[in-house]
Amino acid sequence: MLLQVQDLTTYYKTIRGYVKAAEDVSFEINRGESLGLAGESGCGKTTVALSILRILPTNAKVIKGKILFDGLELLSLSEEEFREKIRWKGISIVFQGAMNALNPVYTIKDQIVEAILLHEKGTSKKEAEERAAKLFELVGIEPSRVNNYPHEFSGGMRQRAMIAMSLACNPKLVIADEPGTALDVIVAAQVFKLMKELKHKLNLAMILITHDLSIIAELCEKCLIMYAGYGVEYADVRSIFKNPLHPYTQGLIDAFPNIKAERRKISSIPGSPPNLLSPPTGCRFHPRCKYAMENCRRQTPTPTEVEPTHIVACHLYNKAG
Amino acid sequence: MEIIAEARNLRKWFPVRLGFLKTLFSKQSLFVRAVDDISLYILEKEILGLVGESGSGKTTTGRLMVRLLEPTGGQILFKGMDITHLQGEKLRTLRQKMQIVFQDPYESLNPRMTIGDIIAEPLRVLRLANDEKEIMERVYAILEDVQLTPPEEFTFRYPHELSGGQRQRVNIARAFVVNPEFIVADEPVSMLDVSTRAEILDLMTSLRDKYKTAFLYITHDLALTRHVCDRIAVMYLGKIAELGRTEDIIDNPLHPYTKALISAVPVPDPDSKRIEVTIKGEIPSPINIPPGCRFSTRCPSVMNICLEKEPELVEIEKERFVACHLWKK
Repeated sequence: MLLQVQDLTTYYKTIRGYVKAAEDVSFEINRGESLGLAGESGCGKTTVALSILRILPTNAKVIKGKILFDGLELLSLSEEEFREKIRWKGISIVFQGAMNALNPVYTIKDQIVEAILLHEKGTSKKEAEERAAKLFELVGIEPSRVNNYPHEFSGGMRQRAMIAMSLACNPKLVIADEPGTALDVIVAAQVFKLMKELKHKLNLAMILITHDLSIIAELCEKCLIMYAGYGVEYADVRSIFKNPLHPYTQGLIDAFPNIKAERRKISSIPGSPPNLLSPPTGCRFHPRCKYAMENCRRQTPTPTEVEPTHIVACHLYNKAG
Repeated sequence: MEIIAEARNLRKWFPVRLGFLKTLFSKQSLFVRAVDDISLYILEKEILGLVGESGSGKTTTGRLMVRLLEPTGGQILFKGMDITHLQGEKLRTLRQKMQIVFQDPYESLNPRMTIGDIIAEPLRVLRLANDEKEIMERVYAILEDVQLTPPEEFTFRYPHELSGGQRQRVNIARAFVVNPEFIVADEPVSMLDVSTRAEILDLMTSLRDKYKTAFLYITHDLALTRHVCDRIAVMYLGKIAELGRTEDIIDNPLHPYTKALISAVPVPDPDSKRIEVTIKGEIPSPINIPPGCRFSTRCPSVMNICLEKEPELVEIEKERFVACHLWKK
């Protein structure tokens, strides 16, 4: 087991109260495995990622939960220890929006070298520069172009440079936050292909955060579907797509068109996601759920293993309730 | 069926602004050739999809069609009438017949106006109602049409009180309230959450059925196009690469660019054939358009002729147009 997240709960403090962005989120990732974290905007996907890397904004706080990475409890490490042992060397992140995530006034080389020197004390500047060039080769950009500034790169190349940067200190786990959005279809496909290749080559574990289920089908082995801060369904990718159990997952899959299959009607889930300042009681999906029962309004469903390795948080499958 | 809107050899070149000295000494002026000689038509009750990557000129085409931009060359026809150079009162009367729905529902509604005022504004500006009472009646009717009910409640709300999907319904209501015959929808669902996209598209198609409106639907999402459009035009660098009926384009693409575009779409099925990337690189700058075929720099089946001669859009089957040297009539 590489990463184990248990009952992670993160709230944001605002003047109007606490935004309950992530509640009791649990999942596990093995070495070389990739997990898709899917859901609509505002469901807490990015919050989970930021909590793992401990780069939450100052008004956010992990209320409870455990994050075990390679045997270490991440939440109890001191900031120094975390920076030295985990960030970039253990876990790195490719931020959303490749267009704007690089610093425009430094060359790409400077930015990669900075990361290496900061996280791997004792590396010489020359070694770091050589490594930056090698990383560029790895992601399919001409190594001499490390001396360029971000504005000299196209969108796809910037995303590749971001990926190169995330690999600078040989991490075991890379978190990719919406790697395809803001890129054109063909360029996005090139980036996904690269990520797939790198994953095999370097035996990387990956957390892929996206709202697009088809990318998860393409790249991941496991998937956690989130809704309004809760993980609602957790299983291997085949089960999620072939046998979705939670009504939200079913609705989400019905909303996706498939260009390579028979044309079928796509449908929406009525209503919109709740405001997390005052989420609905009980199951947070019940106001939009067509199977909602009396119990759903009152009681939060507990995640239950309905089939082996297929976990669902829904009263429909809770035999005891 | 009657042709509602038509573009003939339409061109839009935007001049590139250079510095003072460069303007003095450079021999030629540079242009962004956003739309470079395209011809297409939209039939009554039809939804024509305009697909392409960013920078291919689809939004410019849409804006030209409803005369929000002045074309550099070519003609725009509305129901057979040349409207390319229409001005003043005549253009204003025409606005009632053609409307546009913008991409971003968060930016395209005035935050200080109520929903009722936003939808009533076209009626007021174009003086389409006799009195306030009639305006409110029409606003209520259209709010019911876009399922923002009860309308009495929604007319007094402000945009920030609505979700993205509801705002896009307001945008659609604002376009439909003047009973247009032609609507340009510029990426109407790309900013919305996946779970609400389908209902907005359903709403558009049901309104099309009810009011018999023709649509130009601009999008980069090929998978969704299939559920909405009757015909598709694929654009690349300001030109149409392929045009035909939706099923033909999706099931049997002929142009190498269309093929690449379709094979690059990820599929929500772990057992399905994986995405393939058949072409390299990114779309070139529309300032320096490659000579010959514009796609030749990325095309996997490039031939000698492609580097020299630009292929024309030819009809190779009935209602099937391709601009590629591989396909000759």
